[in-house]
Amino acid sequence: MQIAIASGKGGTGKTTVAVNLLLAVAGLEAAERPTDIVFLDCDVEEPNAAIFLKPTFTETEEVGLLLPEIDEDKCTYCGVCAEVCAFHAIAVLGQKVLVFPELCHGCGSCTYNCPTGAIHEVLRPTGHLEWGMVDVSGAAVRFGHGVLNVGEAMATPVIKKLKQKGLPRGQDALALLDAPPGNSCPVVETMRGADFVLLVTEPTPFGLHDLRVAIKVARDELQLPVGVVINRDGVGDEGVEQFCAESGVPILLRIPLDRRIAEAYADGITIVAAFPEYRKTFAGLYRQIREIVEVTA
Amino acid sequence: MNGEPQQIVVLSGKGGTGKTSVIAALVHLAAQEFPLAIADTDVDASNLDLVLRPQRLEEHIFKSGLLAHIDPETCISCGACYDACRFDAIIPGAEGEPYRVDEVSCEGCNACTYRCPVDAITSSEPEVGRWFVSDTPYGPLYHAHLFAGGDNSGKLVTLVKQQARLRALDDGRPLVLVDGPPGIGCPVISAASGATLALLVVEPTLSGVHDLERVLQLTAHFGVPALVLINKADLSMVRTQEIEKFCRERNVPVVGRIPYDTVVTEAMVQGIPITAYREGQVTQALREVWQKIVKKLKIKNEEMTND
Repeated sequence: MQIAIASGKGGTGKTTVAVNLLLAVAGLEAAERPTDIVFLDCDVEEPNAAIFLKPTFTETEEVGLLLPEIDEDKCTYCGVCAEVCAFHAIAVLGQKVLVFPELCHGCGSCTYNCPTGAIHEVLRPTGHLEWGMVDVSGAAVRFGHGVLNVGEAMATPVIKKLKQKGLPRGQDALALLDAPPGNSCPVVETMRGADFVLLVTEPTPFGLHDLRVAIKVARDELQLPVGVVINRDGVGDEGVEQFCAESGVPILLRIPLDRRIAEAYADGITIVAAFPEYRKTFAGLYRQIREIVEVTA
Repeated sequence: MNGEPQQIVVLSGKGGTGKTSVIAALVHLAAQEFPLAIADTDVDASNLDLVLRPQRLEEHIFKSGLLAHIDPETCISCGACYDACRFDAIIPGAEGEPYRVDEVSCEGCNACTYRCPVDAITSSEPEVGRWFVSDTPYGPLYHAHLFAGGDNSGKLVTLVKQQARLRALDDGRPLVLVDGPPGIGCPVISAASGATLALLVVEPTLSGVHDLERVLQLTAHFGVPALVLINKADLSMVRTQEIEKFCRERNVPVVGRIPYDTVVTEAMVQGIPITAYREGQVTQALREVWQKIVKKLKIKNEEMTND
């Protein structure tokens, strides 16, 4: 089972919910616990889950895009590569071929269309993946995150590689994917293929505005089952509750506005560590999701 | 002749640090001193209009990139497009059925178009969002909405910011305030490029500190001078002091500490900038921040008249 945790609006507590959900699941009795548990932090622009889970990293690999390199001996400066590039990442000026790495999406059209075979591709690193283990109450959890290099624009390819390498294959495996904020391509890439999308929001006009868009992406476009967690319950107004009731989106959990939770978060302490009674709450959240997924499937 | 307007971009790295509430307050305070234009470049979660109550004057279609389309009549189900695509955007048809394009995954690179032996694939420029010009009590607002899962948010950000800048230039407005998106990727780079100053709104949490480091690297990379504002500062005084020390070591000025107060959420629910909603410790702190920012700008005295 794959659960993506997303929000639309940033800072609503996505990582908090994802991390606490993980800790609760890993702490379940062996009979109920998935055999293989994986946590993937897909917010490659600002990966933060490691701050809370403190994994021991054992492996790092560079990821990136395939960038064309021109073999000047074979190049006839015909200009076909520049013509076929949909991203204007190649220019041919007289006897010179210029490649603009930041514009290249690595699609390979130039390589394919070059009539003299003068183009080969090399990996241009745009980020890296780190792999490790988190030891939670005896259960070993695999942890992976992607880190986009500062100054690089495209987060999606890093997320894609993270998922390719990190998703478990087994029947009884559980993957939790912490999504980036927003609703554009990196978020869609994270949600794609998930069995369930858990949307974390806050009960304010900002939270509601962005939740609507997130539901549109997850439920209407990707056709995935969704559920909502209201964080900082009690802070704002009734808008989110009303919207969820009207649009048939289940509210699976309400986490009250509590300054102590915010203070623990500030120090990188999880809710279940600071307030052990929440262990049951998050285990309950997992069971609700599992049930919805089983009914849907 | 009007000079180039100054641009302040408000960024945060991490989402939810209070960036939009801060910029709404700065818009309200700045508008009392001189005419300005406003750009909301958080195009996939645009919230500034919830507080500025704009009256929409113009709506424009935003088209970008390419989207492949396979003609089911012509497709011979050979799979060449599937092999060519590096973005998993081709969905094979079942047993001799035509192949299809997954519109969300399609990058618009045309690799499939070149490979198709029967020319069954064409591509066109899709509409991926809308952008708007609105009137607010504080000045014209340029904002946009990227459709769910839309691509090219960086291009839309550039467009919105450019329109706001041109308006400021035309009207002789000396300042453009830009609400930036979270993160450090494509849309953030577009929002920050060419800015006079970047104001980074950070919260005193471990995550906040981590993200501040990344966004400071970004502003340094693009040569934009940065100022730091610590929001909800009293949530962790230890972390607040850590941020101040960290900034001092890098010569990044900290322009203020804003206390944690649920009155900020109340103002958001009411749809009013906090500084216009209630006097108090938060409003007072924001006024002081604004005074410090003004000193960093090179706006001449004669421009400091009301609209």
